[in-house]
Amino acid sequence: MSTPASNGPKSAFNTFNLVAGAILVVGLILTVLRFTQGIGPVTNLDDNNPWGIWIGFDLLCGVALAAGGYTTSAACYIFGLKRFHSAVRPAILTAFLGYALVVFALQYDLGRPWRLPYPIFVSQGTTSLLFEVGLCVMLYLTVLFVEFTPAMFEWLGWKKIRKVVVKLTLVLTIFGVVLSTLHQSSLGALYTIAPSKLHPLWYSPYMPLYFFVSSIAAGMSMVIFEGSMSHKKLHRMMDEEYLKHHDGVVFGFGKAAALVLFGYFFIKTMGVAYDNNWHYLVSGYGLLFLTEMLGFVALPCFLYAVGVRDRNLSLIKKASIITVLGIVFNRFNVSMIAFNYHLPAADRYFPSMTEIGISVFIVTLGVVIFRFITTRMPIFFEHPDYKGDH
Amino acid sequence: MLRRTFLGMLGAACVGASLPAGAEAAGKEFKGYPGSKGVLFDATRCIGCRKCEAACNKVNKLPKPEKSFDDLAVLDERRRTDAKTHTVVNKYGTPEHPVFRKSQCNHCLEPACASACFVKAFKKLPNGAVVYDESVCVGCRYCMVACPFEIPTYEYDEPLTPRVMKCDMCAARQDKGQLPGCVAECPKEALVFGEREELILIARERIRRNPDRYVRHIYGEDEMGGTSWMYLSGVPFKEIGMREDLGTKSAPELTAGALAAVPMVAGLWPVLLGGIYAVSKRNAKVADEERKEAVENAIAKASAEAEKTLSDALEKADVANKRQIEVEVKKAVEEALKPVEEEPEGSDEAGNSEKEES
Repeated sequence: MSTPASNGPKSAFNTFNLVAGAILVVGLILTVLRFTQGIGPVTNLDDNNPWGIWIGFDLLCGVALAAGGYTTSAACYIFGLKRFHSAVRPAILTAFLGYALVVFALQYDLGRPWRLPYPIFVSQGTTSLLFEVGLCVMLYLTVLFVEFTPAMFEWLGWKKIRKVVVKLTLVLTIFGVVLSTLHQSSLGALYTIAPSKLHPLWYSPYMPLYFFVSSIAAGMSMVIFEGSMSHKKLHRMMDEEYLKHHDGVVFGFGKAAALVLFGYFFIKTMGVAYDNNWHYLVSGYGLLFLTEMLGFVALPCFLYAVGVRDRNLSLIKKASIITVLGIVFNRFNVSMIAFNYHLPAADRYFPSMTEIGISVFIVTLGVVIFRFITTRMPIFFEHPDYKGDH
Repeated sequence: MLRRTFLGMLGAACVGASLPAGAEAAGKEFKGYPGSKGVLFDATRCIGCRKCEAACNKVNKLPKPEKSFDDLAVLDERRRTDAKTHTVVNKYGTPEHPVFRKSQCNHCLEPACASACFVKAFKKLPNGAVVYDESVCVGCRYCMVACPFEIPTYEYDEPLTPRVMKCDMCAARQDKGQLPGCVAECPKEALVFGEREELILIARERIRRNPDRYVRHIYGEDEMGGTSWMYLSGVPFKEIGMREDLGTKSAPELTAGALAAVPMVAGLWPVLLGGIYAVSKRNAKVADEERKEAVENAIAKASAEAEKTLSDALEKADVANKRQIEVEVKKAVEEALKPVEEEPEGSDEAGNSEKEES
C-alpha cells in the first residue's frame, strides 16, 4: 500500500479546491456580517419565527445525519458484527465532524454564543429539553473525539496512548449509544412543548421516538451514501480490507435500514391513529405528510428491500439518497414548514440568502476537513503498523 | 466482573445526572402561588384608547414609537408585541361594533418559557409575575418557540447583547406597592389588578350578572394550566385573536413524558447494551468453539477413514497375496507334475502368465 503523503491531489488548483475556496471566502464575509450587524439584518427570523434554517438544517439535520457514528460502532462492537469494522472509522469521523459543525453552526444562531457553556456550568435549567440536548451533545462530542483519536495517534505514531484509548472502545461505544438515544430523541421532544404551533400530523407525544428511530435509518443511509461518495473521490485512500468489506456493509445496512424504515412507517401511522388525525390527510398539509411518508419512507424501505434481495448495489445507493433527503424533508417539516402553520402566509418564514449561504459554508467546511483528514490519517485503510490489531 | 461493575457505575452516574430533570418534570399539578396577583382584562369595557400602551412605554422606559400613542389609526392593522413594545391593543369585530383586545405576557402559572429555558433565565415569582434575567440568557430563543401565546420577543438588531423582551407585570412597581403601569392608566377600568383567586370570583360575578353581555368563559383560568392574566369577552375568544385550542395542560406536563424517559434510558440502555454485547460475544465464542470442534471431528473422522481404507487395502492385498501364492503353488505343482510331456512350450506359458498377473 502506498503512503498517504504521495496520495494527495496533484495540484492545489483543482475544481474542488477552487469551488470550496470561493464558498469559504463568501462564508467568512457572511460571518463578519453576522457578528457585527446582529442576527436581524442577516436573517429572516422574527418574533413569530425564532428558529430558522440554522436550527432546522444545521442542527436538526446535522445531528440526524451524523447518527452513522453510533449505529455503526454499535453494530460492530456491541452487536458483534465484525464485518462492519472497516466502516467504523469513516462513520466515527463523519459523526465527529458533524457534531463539531453543529456546535460551530450554533454560534451563528445564538444571541450570545460565548455563553454556550452557561447551561452546564453557570445556571442549569434542568426542566428544559434543550438542556438535555446541550448536555448530551457536549458529552457525545467528547466521546466521538476520543473514539476518533486512535486514527490520529496512529498518524502521529503515539503508540502507548493509542493502546489505552483502544481498550476503552466498548465503554465509549455504550456511552455513545446512550447519549445518542437521549439527544436524538430530545430534539424531537423539543417540539412536544408546542402542540399549538406544530401541525397535528407532525405533532405527537411520540415525537422523541420518531426522531430516535428515524435517526437510525438516517445514520445507516448516510454511511451507505457517504461510502459511495468516498468511493468515487477517495478511492486511492482505501485498502483491500476496506474494499473487501464495503459491499457487505452496504448490504448489511441496506437490510437493517429497510427494517427500520418499515418500523418507522408503522409507528408514524400509529401516531396518526392515536390522535385520530386521519381527516387532516385530505388537506394541503395532508398531501405534504403523505409525500413524506410514501415518497421518503415507504419508497426507500421498498427499494432497500428489493436491492438487498437482488444484490443490487446501485438500487441500495439510490434508496440511501432518498432516505437522506427524506430525513432533511422531515426535519424541515417539523421545524419550519409545518411549524407555525396557523400563521397567515405573510408571517411565515423563508430563509434569507445569507442564512442559506452560512449553511452552505458550514457543509463545505465539513467536506474540506473530511478530505483533509481522510487523505492523511488511516480512515479508509489500516495503518501498516497496526494491521489486524483491533 | 470488572466490566460489569463499571457499566453498573456508569448507569448509576447517568441516572444520578439526569434525575433532577425527571423528578421536577414529574411534579404534581401546580395551581399557582397562594395569594399571587393577576390582572383581569374585560374586552367589553376596552375602548382602544391605547393609554395602556403609552403607560407601558413610559414606565419601562422603552424607545418612543414612530407614531404617537394618540394615533388610533394603527388599530386598523394587526400588531404584535415586539422588542420595543410590551403590550399592544388590537381591533377586532366589525367597524360598527369594534372589539378591542389587549395583549401582553399572560404570566402563566407554569410558564412554558421558564420550563423551556436551559439556563433558568425565566422565573415565576410568588407575586405572579414571570420575570427574565438577562445576565444568564444565551439567546437560544427556545422560550419564543415554547410560548403558546407568542409573547417573548427578541432584540434581533443587537449584535452583542440581545435580550428577550416581554412584559414583567411591572414586578418592580409591585414591590413598591404600585399598580402595573397599564392598569394604573386605564380610564375605563377594563383592567383590574388583584389576587388571582379574587379576580376569578369577580369575573364569575360579572358573567352571572350580565349573562347576555359575556361569553361564559374566563380565558386564562385553565388555559395552558392557568395564567395570571385573565380575559372576559362578549364575543367568542377566537374572534379576538385568542386561540381556543390550547388545552389545559401546562408546558411542564407536555414535556414530562419525554423528561421522565431520560433516567430510564440512561439506566437501562447500558445494561441492555452490555447484555447484548455479552450475548454476541458469547455467541462468537460458542461459534468459535463449535467450529474448532467441527474441525477436530472432521480431522478425526478423516483419519479414521484413512486408517480404515488402509487396513482394507492391506487386507485386500493380503488376500490377493495369499491367492497369488496359492496360484503360484498350484502352478508349480502342476508344472512339477508335467515336465515330462511338453517341456519347451510349458516354460513359455508360465513366463506369459507371470507377466499378466504382475
